[in-house]
Amino acid sequence: MGKKLKFSLLAALASLALVTAAGAALRSGAASPSTLVFATSADPVVLDGALISDGESGRVIIQIYEGLVGLKPGTGFPAPGLALSWSPSKDGLAWTFNLRHNVTFTDGTPFNSAAVCANFGRWYNFTGSFQNPDATYYWQTVFGGFAHNEPGSPTSSLYRGCKAVGKYTVRLFLTQRSASFIAALSAASFSMESPTAMAKYGANQGSVDSNGVFHPTGTYATQHPTGTGPYMLKSWKVGDKLELVPNPHYWGPKPHIQRLIFKAISDNAARLQALESGEVDGYDLVAPQDIPTLKKAGFQVLSRPPFNVAYVGFNSSIPPLDNQLVRQAVAYGLDRQSVVNSFYGGRARVAQEFMPPQLFGYSKKVQKYTYDPNKSKALLKQAGLTLPVKLDFWYPTSVSRPYMPDPKANFEAFAAGLEKAGFQIVAHSAPWRPDYLSAVNSGKAQMYLVGWTGDWGDPDNFIGTFFRTPQDAWGNFKYPALYALLTKALGETDSAKRVAEYQQANELIMKFLPGVPYAHTSPAIAFRKGISGYVPSPVDVQAFSTVSVK
Amino acid sequence: MLRFVVRRLLLLVPIMVGLSLLVFLWIHALPGTPAVALLGERATPQNVAQFKRQYGLDKPIYDQYLAWTKTTLKGDFGYSIEDRRKVTTDFFERFPSTVELAVAAMLVSVLLGIPLGFIAAKRYGTWLDHSSLVASLIGISTPVFFLAIILKYLFAVKLHWLPTVGRISPLIDTPHPTNFYVLDAIIQRDWSALWDVIKHLILPALALGSIPLAIVARITRAAVLDVQNEDYVRTARAKGLAPRIVDRRHVLRNALLPISTIIGLQTGFLLSGAILTETVFARPGVGTWLASAIAYRDYPVLEAGILFLSILFVLVNLLVDISYAIINPRIRYS
Repeated sequence: MGKKLKFSLLAALASLALVTAAGAALRSGAASPSTLVFATSADPVVLDGALISDGESGRVIIQIYEGLVGLKPGTGFPAPGLALSWSPSKDGLAWTFNLRHNVTFTDGTPFNSAAVCANFGRWYNFTGSFQNPDATYYWQTVFGGFAHNEPGSPTSSLYRGCKAVGKYTVRLFLTQRSASFIAALSAASFSMESPTAMAKYGANQGSVDSNGVFHPTGTYATQHPTGTGPYMLKSWKVGDKLELVPNPHYWGPKPHIQRLIFKAISDNAARLQALESGEVDGYDLVAPQDIPTLKKAGFQVLSRPPFNVAYVGFNSSIPPLDNQLVRQAVAYGLDRQSVVNSFYGGRARVAQEFMPPQLFGYSKKVQKYTYDPNKSKALLKQAGLTLPVKLDFWYPTSVSRPYMPDPKANFEAFAAGLEKAGFQIVAHSAPWRPDYLSAVNSGKAQMYLVGWTGDWGDPDNFIGTFFRTPQDAWGNFKYPALYALLTKALGETDSAKRVAEYQQANELIMKFLPGVPYAHTSPAIAFRKGISGYVPSPVDVQAFSTVSVK
Repeated sequence: MLRFVVRRLLLLVPIMVGLSLLVFLWIHALPGTPAVALLGERATPQNVAQFKRQYGLDKPIYDQYLAWTKTTLKGDFGYSIEDRRKVTTDFFERFPSTVELAVAAMLVSVLLGIPLGFIAAKRYGTWLDHSSLVASLIGISTPVFFLAIILKYLFAVKLHWLPTVGRISPLIDTPHPTNFYVLDAIIQRDWSALWDVIKHLILPALALGSIPLAIVARITRAAVLDVQNEDYVRTARAKGLAPRIVDRRHVLRNALLPISTIIGLQTGFLLSGAILTETVFARPGVGTWLASAIAYRDYPVLEAGILFLSILFVLVNLLVDISYAIINPRIRYS
């Protein structure tokens, strides 16, 4: 018995012994001065800019590829990329780009005007499931339809053609005037890709399944992405890691980091602990509540410049929100300052317009609505309503967005303020995706919390997206003058006029009040000590080529 | 025995048909569509309609089920809507990770649970017995994710002994021909990789294994207490057989029967528990795959994934039934 017991105890302690035997220090992330492990929230979908609409794909794509238009570091504003300069024709329907000389893709294919036209031609000629909105979202948002449109695709296209004028001069033709498309070309979705590599590795190949749905089958987007950027793909195993190495022929400054590894960790707390344990060197999408912990432990917390807007949206076709006085009463009844003070950890400011103040076209003359419950009540009485006025107010659950870390807290604070201002709030909640967004986007929700993060530095990407056309979420309100003004501003090639038009639009919007913007936030990124040179971008696009590790 | 196995395998067919129908209806009854899930704030009603048309989601549900059955019978499980990869590719890349985790967790629960339960029974009524009861109660009632965070804090953040995420350090480059990383490292005789893979398994296995461990310990204790008062044990002792031989041949062997039943049932728990554990430890397994498929309403992945897992569950329980016959030769199947 004694022996048996001893044996059992030994067996029982076996696993514990394993744990203690692992006593050797384990700081893998900090292993080598030229290696950086960065935790992301998910793997990329594919490494083909034309076929993505998510930020995690974009994060890797902009290390491998470059577009015609780049961004001024740390801003959302256009700067020379693979094109050194550009200018519109007199009628605004043709744009000429002067390309950077002596640039080659990593497979040796020269980058020139023919390559540019090959890329635009590819995007315009997508067929089948390449026209799915999740695949070519940005093409469809910026340029609209295709050469041959599948049922359901946009019917018209902004794009008309591409012409190689010289070896390094290329001209794009548009069907109507657009000034915002230049800024849009900075998005990862309009990256220049090697035409040779795309053909060799079947970037446009696919098979049709039993439902008639086309699926890409080539290996280009998963194993052989070929661009001109500072890094190139070494290996990618979904769920494990994605590793980049420097592009030896890069035309620009050589990157410092020799092994750039992206590791997907979907859980917020797991990303934090992976940084704390030294397994990763940095991570994005830091939860605001973790910032004090990180700072106390000596980690660097960097801020992105605010490039988003959180707002209370109205479906203004559902009474009583069809009445402008009631919408104003809501605006005066929302205690935006205290929400921003309480739930954003000092990383937000009250929004007065539907776009961030850094963007051109922001107006200083919009009507402001400071919390004033008595004014709300007076406005409601003026509208001939008996108090309290009932409103259906929706908020999402199981979600945290950069512009809305804790939706329920925002909702509760807003609801309390509104009840003091003469409203009776009926709460509705649903899981963010897909239930909540379905309710909001289909116009079912009368009043709701939502927001937007900009994709590029152009006002059209904010107020144009929201208000250039009637939308169900806003109750398809009738305001032809606003729709017309935003359409005109989109095509305006005179930049001074364009600024004035967007300022005017912001003033009209804040008077009409289709909703109430309430916060612009600065999302945070964390790094361990010794990492330098990372310039946080407002639009989630930041090159790692400037980063170095000590 | 063979007839029994064949009959049980044939039973899989009606189970699969019923299950596939159930899963199909259940998934499609969930509100929302993959379009909204994928496009987020950017899903306009036009985008959603276009998406549904292109994925055939606007057709009547029975048409969709028939189409799905037809392709599935051909062994074609379609493509993931979320990451556009072949469902079978994804599954076979991720399944080994989950098996490794489940086996490791099972080892933790069996290797620790049986001795603990046995000792508790042998020291019935002593402080050892009481503390093992309390410990197993804590084990059963601690949520996996909570335990995971505590373990990670202690062993990774504070002590820097063990890693918290993934299956292998991102700095190690080693091929994975089978996707069973333990096996891959052994095949290549890459012992540092093997050690790294094992280190990545310890904390998840402890977290996931905690509940089965507690259950196995309690069942073992109860079974041993039961058996050791049986007549045949008393007889064996009276014959003057050495106590440890009595324990091994008569007590433990007979106590193993209820324990193996529990182990079979716990496989189901391990597979569902893997969803949480894999998420918290960022392990690319079937659990994280299904969790994100639910969030994205990724119908092809959910349908195939749940089907694969149920087949596995049925097979494991068949193995348990067969093991009865080995443990207790009196049990015969016909």
